[in-house]
Amino acid sequence: MSTVASFEINYTQFLNENSEVCQPLPPFAEDPSTLISMYQDMVLTRVFDKKAIALQRTGKLGTYPSSLGQEAISVAVGHVMQSNDVLVPYYREYGAQFLRGVSMKEILLYWGGDERGMDFQGPREDFPICVPIASHGPHAVGLAYAFKLRKTPRVAVAFFGDGATSKGDFYESINAAGLWNLPVVFIINNNQWAISVPTKNQTHCETIAQKALAGGISGEQVDGNDIIAVRHAAEKALEQARNHGQPSVIEAISYRLCDHTTADDASRYRSDDEVKAAWEKEPVLRLRRYLEQQGHWDEAKEKQLLANCTQQVEAQVNLYLDTPPQPPESMFDYMFETRPHDLNQQREYFKNRVK
Amino acid sequence: MTEITLIDAVNMALARAMANDKNVILLGEDVGANGGVFRATAGLQERFGEARVIDTPLAETLIAGMSVGMSAQGFRPVFEMQFMGFIYSAVDQIINHASRLRNRTRGRITCPLVLRAPYGGGIHAPEHHSESTEALFAHMPGLRVVIPSSPARAYGLLLAAIQDPDPVVFLEPKRIYRMVKQAVEDNGEALPLDVCFTLREGTDISLVTWGACVHETLQAADELDKLGISAEVIDLATIKPLDMQTILQSVEKTGRCVIIHEAVRTGGVGAEIAAQLAEQGLMFLMAPVQRVTGYDTVMPLYRLEQSYMIDVPRIVETVKQTMEYA
Repeated sequence: MSTVASFEINYTQFLNENSEVCQPLPPFAEDPSTLISMYQDMVLTRVFDKKAIALQRTGKLGTYPSSLGQEAISVAVGHVMQSNDVLVPYYREYGAQFLRGVSMKEILLYWGGDERGMDFQGPREDFPICVPIASHGPHAVGLAYAFKLRKTPRVAVAFFGDGATSKGDFYESINAAGLWNLPVVFIINNNQWAISVPTKNQTHCETIAQKALAGGISGEQVDGNDIIAVRHAAEKALEQARNHGQPSVIEAISYRLCDHTTADDASRYRSDDEVKAAWEKEPVLRLRRYLEQQGHWDEAKEKQLLANCTQQVEAQVNLYLDTPPQPPESMFDYMFETRPHDLNQQREYFKNRVK
Repeated sequence: MTEITLIDAVNMALARAMANDKNVILLGEDVGANGGVFRATAGLQERFGEARVIDTPLAETLIAGMSVGMSAQGFRPVFEMQFMGFIYSAVDQIINHASRLRNRTRGRITCPLVLRAPYGGGIHAPEHHSESTEALFAHMPGLRVVIPSSPARAYGLLLAAIQDPDPVVFLEPKRIYRMVKQAVEDNGEALPLDVCFTLREGTDISLVTWGACVHETLQAADELDKLGISAEVIDLATIKPLDMQTILQSVEKTGRCVIIHEAVRTGGVGAEIAAQLAEQGLMFLMAPVQRVTGYDTVMPLYRLEQSYMIDVPRIVETVKQTMEYA
């Protein structure tokens, strides 16, 4: 007997849960302005998130999935994507979406039940969020195939949760990405929970990163609450995809500090102790403590930042709340480029009824 | 002009579309070197290269889903599902994504793609190869569903489907892939995607059908003629949107209608046509609208297949019953 293949999965962490540097930092992290900028973006995402939940609780927003505790992943990736790359999100990537120019108003419109929230005025080619789990993986493959055919150095970046990696769509996507050497990066936000099912009940694999090997592509694990680790891995992965046609999977380990959505009650299936322990590892405080230790951050700056974020969020919330409703007949207007005769008749009937 | 079969016409339309527009991409299982299991794409990889005629991994969700991604970037993917029975894992992509992206993004992202698949029974194929599930797609908002029944219509309708800015499900009746030959000019002319074809004029009864059944229906019309019954035969061709105007005009003239389709009866496209006739054409009707359809059974394996298939006597018999009302 001989070994025909073997594997190892690397795990990267730069800042441990006590905000201590546990290995030499990558060059970008030597520049405090980069870290501060990422910190600000995480805080902004969290302030937005909190406001969105408040809007839902007061009947001004529909069901909303929070990204609490997972901000480092999408903010880090948003920081390393180029503007002409394409983001293919699931639904906890507000941090990346804001960085790419999706407005908070648009995110609120979407969760507030208005399709115009998917008509991004900023990144026109970015995909809207994807509710049917993992079904957007093949879209990222198609985008990357298109970039390759057109010989443009662009990258498709798709996000998934841990549960999504149990689906065939995910395997079909990484398999094709590897087969054709496509410029695509698969980011897994392993937040430990797929609604009520913990990762240990999703798979017998020791890591999700190793699932990449089934597609013949590389996979690595990072501390998803350490934004330096996520950014380091994402920067490398995007460069490999863009310049060498080498797709990869990054498993970023975080924790869903929030309920699955505002319609969920996580206390039904997980203990308070577990959540309390997870709060000790969360990404925003981790970076803040490090910045403070280095003398780059203090209470006054924090206060100022929170005030700025709140003001920014409030302004967007007002824009959202002030958005006039779509005309009801708009439900007919984007089904086809040219509306067929029968749909025209239904539209006319509808318009006459609502007059 | 040489005479060609329906499958040749599909191949000719694909070649024409690819030559005219470099954004047209073919993908699917065995579509490359093998030219497709029915040879619909024969010679195309050789002519247009491996980048544009893609042999994909055996993964239907991927094929449909990556077509969504490519079409979002301005390509016009035409993807083949090898048989109807293998289409269902791709249906998630068609229903949840391709048919909705334009609406979801208010026109920002569109999906000008074509799903091509052979469909229907009658060729002694293995299990899961012979179904007719066009109604599944016709039920879904945002899709066009097209079924050609002759070489010329296959050519013109497929060109139209590829040029269309929205997703089109193009189902090819494989029983008649090589049944008839017809002279078809490779002139690049597309046919409309919302008009039925009246194949035979008649005054006593309107026979509405599509796909391979068109041929049995035309034969039935010949037999009925011998019995002194003048049947008008309409090939629906565009299952969605339905061209009810043509059907209503015909029924206004004949006062009777029989709908013939191979698909199972309940919830079939025939039910929609009958319902619309009841809504808009009741006053023209001298007899109840009848349907000659497949049964609500699983498509039998090939020893019993012919018991399921629609034959000429069944159509003639149903027409005669309809004629007895008035």
